[in-house]
Amino acid sequence: MSVVPAGEARIRDAFARAAGEGRAALVVYLTGCFPDPATSRACFEAAVEAGADVLEIGVPFSDPMMDGPIIQAANQAVLDAGVGVGDQLALVGELAGLDVPKLVMTYVTIADRRGYGRFAAECADAGLDGVILPDLPAEEAGEWVDHARDRGLATVFLASSVSTDQRLRAIAGVSTGWVYATGLLGVTGVRSVAGDVTRELVARIRQVTDTPVAVGIGVKDRSSAAEVAAYADGVIVGSAVVRAAADGDPATAPHRVGALVRELSAGVASARPRSG
Amino acid sequence: MNDRTPTPESTDRSEPRDGYFGAFGGSYVPEALSAALTQLREAWRAADGDPGFHATLDTLRRDYGGRPTPLYHAARLSEAAGVEIWLKREDLAHTGSHKINNVVGQALLARRMGKPRVIAETGAGQHGVATATAAALFGLRCTVYMGAEDCRRQRLNVVRMQLLGAEVVPVESGTRTLKDAINEAMRDWVSNVEDTHYLIGSAMGPHPFPTIVRELQRVISVESRAQFDAQAGGLPDAVVACVGGGSNAIGSFAEWIDTPEVALIGVEAAGEGVGSGRSAATITEGSEAVLHGSRSIVLVDDDGQVMPAHSVSAGLDYPGVGPEHAWLARSGRATYVAATDAEALEGFRRLCELEGIIPALEPAHAVGWVLEHGRRTLGEGARIVLTMSGRGDKDVDEVVEVAGWDVGVERAFGAGGGDS
Repeated sequence: MSVVPAGEARIRDAFARAAGEGRAALVVYLTGCFPDPATSRACFEAAVEAGADVLEIGVPFSDPMMDGPIIQAANQAVLDAGVGVGDQLALVGELAGLDVPKLVMTYVTIADRRGYGRFAAECADAGLDGVILPDLPAEEAGEWVDHARDRGLATVFLASSVSTDQRLRAIAGVSTGWVYATGLLGVTGVRSVAGDVTRELVARIRQVTDTPVAVGIGVKDRSSAAEVAAYADGVIVGSAVVRAAADGDPATAPHRVGALVRELSAGVASARPRSG
Repeated sequence: MNDRTPTPESTDRSEPRDGYFGAFGGSYVPEALSAALTQLREAWRAADGDPGFHATLDTLRRDYGGRPTPLYHAARLSEAAGVEIWLKREDLAHTGSHKINNVVGQALLARRMGKPRVIAETGAGQHGVATATAAALFGLRCTVYMGAEDCRRQRLNVVRMQLLGAEVVPVESGTRTLKDAINEAMRDWVSNVEDTHYLIGSAMGPHPFPTIVRELQRVISVESRAQFDAQAGGLPDAVVACVGGGSNAIGSFAEWIDTPEVALIGVEAAGEGVGSGRSAATITEGSEAVLHGSRSIVLVDDDGQVMPAHSVSAGLDYPGVGPEHAWLARSGRATYVAATDAEALEGFRRLCELEGIIPALEPAHAVGWVLEHGRRTLGEGARIVLTMSGRGDKDVDEVVEVAGWDVGVERAFGAGGGDS
């Protein structure tokens, strides 16, 4: 009899709550400490105020191979400002008052460098519920997943339209919280979600697991959020929100983030009710 | 022959794993690449077991690539160094470096997999030129990513790639050098994986690339071992090669790894010196970390952020190294040393003057190290096979600029006084 880690339970509750309202959950990604720690904190607060159900806090890595130009630029600005991983975890601690599940999204190099055990402990102590490492494939993940589970953290794995059924089963087998279906073949923030392919991927994942399926990469506005919300359990938006934070006066970044998330939230709510 | 996992184990991870060299290697990539890597593993296994593949490869290497390359006893350089130096002349291969060995094989694989497009990263431009060459030969579309700083340093190779029909994309992100070109190539691959093969040029990246590149570069040491025995007799005392990502070095070492009486010495680029903060001596100064799809030794800070490398040589200016080299270093089978920019430039100059060979700046590091440290480290008269991995035409502008040598350029071209 295994106990569901606390982080996984909180994430599942957030998805269940949204489902109870007849809609998909809205997951919002922002690069942590961008453009600066205080503004970043206000942006996360604005996102939750505007309807985000789950937060992803991006911890920058110098060589982000899954990210397009928008998130690359934000990452680099944060690194250039001398913000370290410890500062990012401190920011997470300051978000404790926000009553939504929080996951950190970074690259395996960051977790591996500290040691999986130490990184998992620091994430849990900071109040995180889960971790996403897009360059950690399921077959390399055993050691990390053990440490994460020990600390009550969920680990969300990515699935792709080119994943075989066998791989989808392996991904669903280790992914906790949700399964992250990538909406297109590509990096973040460049192209738009590929409708039919992504819908089919979500259906294939549902055949092998009861874990919620959220779609990210390629969702950028109200209409694409609504489109995905019609068939997925969750909608993940990253680059568009980072762009809202980046484009304009930093003092009004939280306002711009809030306005966009309200749009996305309305798009998710407007999607036709899902059956089953 | 794939992934022999020799003993002793380098670290506490005692269980040998597929795609690993001791604790190093693996496959740390986004899920979107999983299918492509599986397809590549299967295509390689099938090709490697197919005599027809090897026959085609051998014919291309001989008739198109100019193999076998000579093993040359560099008598005057030997006299200056106090050791007996035999140069493995990869600089005489088609396109001017060892890179052609790998690209012809991988282009054949791309064709077997039905992929009409190849992409590549390049530092000094040698791998980019070789890839553009193979793409032209096989009728493949080709895009090469090259750091903007490297485009400036290696302009000749940019033009060569364009002449061969490749699209060259200058990469402006990060440090604008090789590591950033690899990031951009990976992003392209993630986005276009269904019709594109990423033709990695070094012995790095996710499994199975380090193995494929080693096996395609093994021809260097297959030839040099037989040539040395025929021309010099017996075994050399040491095999020396420069190491950036490590493709010429792993090819130079491959046939000798199981012959422990032959020392294997990799020469990294120390830039302005080990400890200066301006170095590319990854194994000497780095830590275990994941970069570009595999666990190896990397120049990283305490958070895991990759630190900028520095070398006068664009081809060695890389903060990582292939995972098999990390294992050879940790297991003690090979020794990794470092040569500074100044030592490399001295090696460059001496090889020009003593042997009439203009080397690429990359193998000039190996020459510079042997001149400075060879006799002391290996003993008077030690017999050394040194891989001359490429020729130096591409580097002459950079060398004159960096070294500030008066080689008569001003006189020859009459600064301000030319007739036209």
